Amino acid sequence: MSRDGRWIHSPPRPSATFDEYAIAEIQRAAATGIYDIRGFGAKRKVPHFDDLLFLGASMTRYPLEGYREKCATDVVLGTRFAKKPIHLKVPITIAGMSFGSLSGPAKEALGRGANAVGTSTTTGDGGMTPEERGHSKILVYQVLPSRYGMNPDDLRKADALEVVVGQGAKPGGGGMLLGQKISDRVAEMRTLPKGIDQRSACRHPDWTGCDDLEIKIGELRELTDWQVPIYIKVGASRPYYDTALAVKSGADVVVLDGMQGGTAATQEVFIEHVGIPTLAAIRPAVQALQDLDMHRKVQLIVSGGIRTGADVAKALALGADAVSVGTGALIALGDNAPHLDEEYEKIGSKAGCYDDYHEGNDPAGITTQNPELYKRFDPVEGGRRLANYLSVLTLETQTIARACGKSHVNHLEPEDLAALTVESAAMAQVPLAGTSWIPGKSNGGF
Amino acid sequence: MDVVDLEKTPLRDFNQALHDLAGKSDEASFQVLNPRGKHAVASGIDAPAYVEIEGSVGYYCGSMNKQATVVVNGSAGVGLAENIMSGIVHVKGDASSSAGATGIGGMVVIDGNASSRCGISNRGADIIVKGNVGHMSAFMAQAGNLVVLGDAGEAFGDSLYEAKLFVRGNVKSLGADCVEKEMKDKHKKLLRELLDKAGIGPEVDVSEFKRYGSARQLYNFKIDNLEAY
Repeated sequence: MSRDGRWIHSPPRPSATFDEYAIAEIQRAAATGIYDIRGFGAKRKVPHFDDLLFLGASMTRYPLEGYREKCATDVVLGTRFAKKPIHLKVPITIAGMSFGSLSGPAKEALGRGANAVGTSTTTGDGGMTPEERGHSKILVYQVLPSRYGMNPDDLRKADALEVVVGQGAKPGGGGMLLGQKISDRVAEMRTLPKGIDQRSACRHPDWTGCDDLEIKIGELRELTDWQVPIYIKVGASRPYYDTALAVKSGADVVVLDGMQGGTAATQEVFIEHVGIPTLAAIRPAVQALQDLDMHRKVQLIVSGGIRTGADVAKALALGADAVSVGTGALIALGDNAPHLDEEYEKIGSKAGCYDDYHEGNDPAGITTQNPELYKRFDPVEGGRRLANYLSVLTLETQTIARACGKSHVNHLEPEDLAALTVESAAMAQVPLAGTSWIPGKSNGGF
Repeated sequence: MDVVDLEKTPLRDFNQALHDLAGKSDEASFQVLNPRGKHAVASGIDAPAYVEIEGSVGYYCGSMNKQATVVVNGSAGVGLAENIMSGIVHVKGDASSSAGATGIGGMVVIDGNASSRCGISNRGADIIVKGNVGHMSAFMAQAGNLVVLGDAGEAFGDSLYEAKLFVRGNVKSLGADCVEKEMKDKHKKLLRELLDKAGIGPEVDVSEFKRYGSARQLYNFKIDNLEAY
């Protein structure tokens, strides 16, 4: 810059392609020779629910009175085959997260919070702990490729089973729990030596393909005497076909997890580059259900990036029966809390950015097996915070549903929505705001 | 012994009757006719029952078994005795892939051959195969024992954890991190006990077996092992 303040050279200009994260990753890769592993979900910006708006009531439809006229939120899951479907008071469930990736007190808090609002929690890769069963009135038991901790006694204690084919953060990838989080108890539950890296299988050990899966689900039904619903969870990649095949395989419920869905530990390149956004996955899945005349008969749970009641409402409007929250629930418990900023900085992160769940050093005591850390976490207080969060999500969803004239949140429909961008209009199959144009479809008029 | 004809009795009713034995100490016994390849026959028993199946079964026969003895006078489909907890599942013929997968305890005896992935993710079951086992057997096996009186296929014991593997015949190839280990006296004693329990007499000499286990080089990620991943 010259003395009179004018530039004599161009100002320093960062590259849009080689931005600070790309440059830092190249430098990190060059220094270490190994890919980056982290938790959380996709952090890149992708088309999301923020790109949709509700239209609200107007001349052609009337709204419901807030605080006066009822807007129901209950949902029943597993009505297809199970003798005992699950009745939830709110259409927001807690996603599968393992004991191992999470501390025992954190799992307890998830149960407490879910109980308070009448919804379910879900086990994870590592089995069911007595504390988790004891603190969760409605517990979904995951059947994962690793089968860590799987046994018929826990299977029969569950209120529903969830066969995990994949998850949004890593469709096609297995679980990962690195040695530093393998405490004696975690190792015992998984029948593995303490301190080794646990790289769970990415395929199930006893079935391959949906023809086999149909037989596997038949076995699970026999083992549980056809009592409980059986979900199939898939990472969002080919949602139309995956949903259709899940129905064919005999699922009561399909859980569809978009790429923003969280994980405890996966390669960064996997999290950011495999799978499709939640927004893009819902309509194809709903279309598959409709084509099979199974929409609302096989329920659809959508997860991956659900943060607010607006997100819940938009997922329901696009055809989901319920949503599932994981990352949002952890944040409600205290993950990434601002008052821990100094401690996050000591471990190379900061509040709002912390994602090194795999290292087991979580100062919030949530994603750790270190007793010194997890004893900081109060499961009663954590449960109360989660209950508050779930209540706010529900109230917000009801607020929007009433504004759209719906007496039940599941009455929300695509016709209540408009899109802010061409991309979101195409993905959600709703008109670009102010037009009747849905990309890929002929003009359907108003 | 009660006779159950699966041509007449729905499988659901039979399995429910078996499940209803849970908590009862009576040693109920059943002869099952006409299984005709049905899936999940005698799955999920939790009682000291004896079930003898006359014919071949489909997938997941005897799965998650606790306490019971299940005998198949025929062959078995995929996932025989999957996740077995205790008791014995004995197949007189051959078994398809993933026999004894993810078992926690108990014993699986296969008089014929077992296909691929026999004993995959074993967590504590004892699996005895009198014939051969297919490729990727004992893949990621964490605990328990796999005894093969015949040959083992490719990638045997790939990504093995702490399961013990004994093979009398040839191993076509070992999988990643699986190595031959010294057959010490304590291993011969263990093998003899396993054979005895499976009803295999001294005509099978434990000194003819080789032992395989994990080299434990892939337990924690090391960049030096990149070629193995």
